[in-house]
Amino acid sequence: MQLRDSLAGGSQIVVECVNHLYRPPSGRPVLALEDVSLEVRPREFLALLGPSGCGKSTLLYLIGGFLPIETGKILLEGQPIAGPGPDRGIVFQHFALFPWKSVRANVLYGLERMGLPREERERRAQGFIDLVGLTGFEDSYPSQLSGGMKQRTAIARTLAIDPKILLMDEPFGALDAQTRHLMQSELLAIWRRSPKTVIFVTHDVQEAVYLADRVAVMSARPGRIKTIVDIRLDKSDPGIAKTKAYIDTVDAVWNLVRDEAIKAQEARA
Amino acid sequence: MSALVRYLPLLLLAAAWELAARLGLVSTLALPPLSDVVAAWVDMIRSGELIGNGASSLWRAGVGLLLAIAVGAALGIAMAWWRPVNALLGPLVEMFYPMPKSALIPVTVLWLGFGDGSKVLLIFLGCMLPVTIGAFNGARGSDQALVWSARSMGASRLRMLWDVVVPSALPEMLNGIRTALALSFILLVSSELIVAREGLGYLIGFLGANGTYDAMFAVVLTVAFVGFAADRAYQALVQRVLLWRE
Repeated sequence: MQLRDSLAGGSQIVVECVNHLYRPPSGRPVLALEDVSLEVRPREFLALLGPSGCGKSTLLYLIGGFLPIETGKILLEGQPIAGPGPDRGIVFQHFALFPWKSVRANVLYGLERMGLPREERERRAQGFIDLVGLTGFEDSYPSQLSGGMKQRTAIARTLAIDPKILLMDEPFGALDAQTRHLMQSELLAIWRRSPKTVIFVTHDVQEAVYLADRVAVMSARPGRIKTIVDIRLDKSDPGIAKTKAYIDTVDAVWNLVRDEAIKAQEARA
Repeated sequence: MSALVRYLPLLLLAAAWELAARLGLVSTLALPPLSDVVAAWVDMIRSGELIGNGASSLWRAGVGLLLAIAVGAALGIAMAWWRPVNALLGPLVEMFYPMPKSALIPVTVLWLGFGDGSKVLLIFLGCMLPVTIGAFNGARGSDQALVWSARSMGASRLRMLWDVVVPSALPEMLNGIRTALALSFILLVSSELIVAREGLGYLIGFLGANGTYDAMFAVVLTVAFVGFAADRAYQALVQRVLLWRE
C-alpha cells in the first residue's frame, strides 16, 4: 500500500521500518530509532518534533545519506539513498560554515563543485547573499559574523545549489529569541517564494507549528514516530501567532509532546 | 621604540659581555670580547667563508625540512582518515617520536656518507614526526558537520579531504612545523659538528679546534641569529595563513 503510493508519485521520500543503533565510542549501544516509517510529500514543509535524544537528527542524517542505513530502507523518488548528494541540502544548528572561507567563498563552494562557469557562479552566489540580507558582508569571515548572520550564510550556501530537499537540523536552535523569530518568518517567506521539500528538525513546539504543514511528533528512547499532525493554518497571515487557531494547535501538539519530554527527562536523571 | 625596549636585555647582555672580557673578569680565551667577535664575523663574511658554509647548511636544512613537512603532513592526515593506515603506522610513530634523533647521526652517515645526503636524511627523519602528529591531531578534530556539508554540496571524498580535513588540520600542523623548524637547526648543527666537511656546524668545530675562538663565537652567534630569524619569519607567515581565525 505504502509502496504503491510512493510509486504513484504521492511521496518524494519514503522511510520504511528503519532502525538505527547508535554506538557511542564507549558504553553500550543505544537504539536511536525503532521501526520508523514516514512519507514526505514533494514541496511540503515537514517538522520532526521531539525531545532531545529522540533520534530526530539521526533520522535526518539517514535521509541525508550521512549515516549508513542498517535495517529498513529509505527511498528518494523510488531510489534507495546511497550517500550524501546535492539533491539534499543540509543546514546545521551550529552553521558548519568553512571558517577559513569568506561569506562569498562559502556560498560559492557548492556552485564550484557543480562546475558552473565562473560568471554564473558569481551571479548566483551574489543573488543568494542578497536574498538572505548579507549584502556588504561578502568578504567577512564567519568568525566576524553574529550567529544569525552565520546561519543566513549557511542557508544561502545551501539554497545556492538548488537542492530538491532542504534538511534543517535545529537551524535556529543556537540563536537568541529575537533573531530566531526573524529567521523563522524569513525562512517561510523564502519557502513560499520557491517551495521545496523541507524536513525541519526542532524541539520547539511553536516553531514546528508556525513553520510546518505537517508535524511528525517523535517519542524518545527508542525514537519512534508517535503521530503526525496536519497543521491547517493560514501561514500568510502575519499575525498568525496571536490567532486562536494557532494557540489551540500549539496546545494540542504540546500535549502530545509533553509526556515524551517528561519521559526523556526521567531517562536522563 | 617598542622594539628597542623589547630587545634592551639583549643590548645589556652584549655590553656585559664586552665589559667582562675587556676588564679581565673572564679569560679572553673562554670569552673573547664581543667587538673581536664582530670583527671576526666581518672578516669571515668578506672572505666568503661564512656565506659558503651558511648556504650549504641552509640548503640541507631547507630540503630536509620541506621533505619532512610534505611526507609528515600526508602521513598524519592519512593516519587520521584511514583506520588501516593508523593501525599500521600509529605504533611506529609512537615508538620513534620520543627517540633522540641525534642518535641517528652515525646511522645516516653510514648510509649516505659525509655529504649533504646524510644531513638531509637526518633532518627529514628528525623533523617529520612533529608534523605528522600535528596533522594527525588536527585532522582528527575536523568538524563532522563540515565534512558532511562538503559532501552534501557535491564534493567527492578526496575533494572533501583536501577542502575540509586539510584546512582543519592546518593550525595544529603549523604548530608541529614550528617545532620541526627548531629541531632542524639542532640536528643540522650537531650533525655537522660531528661529521662534515662544510657547513656552519663544521665551521664551529673547525674554528674551535684551531683555537680561533673569536671566529668560532661569530659562527655560534650567526647560527643563533639565523634560527631566531627563521622562527620569527615563520610566525609571521603563520599569522597570515591563519588570518581567518579571530
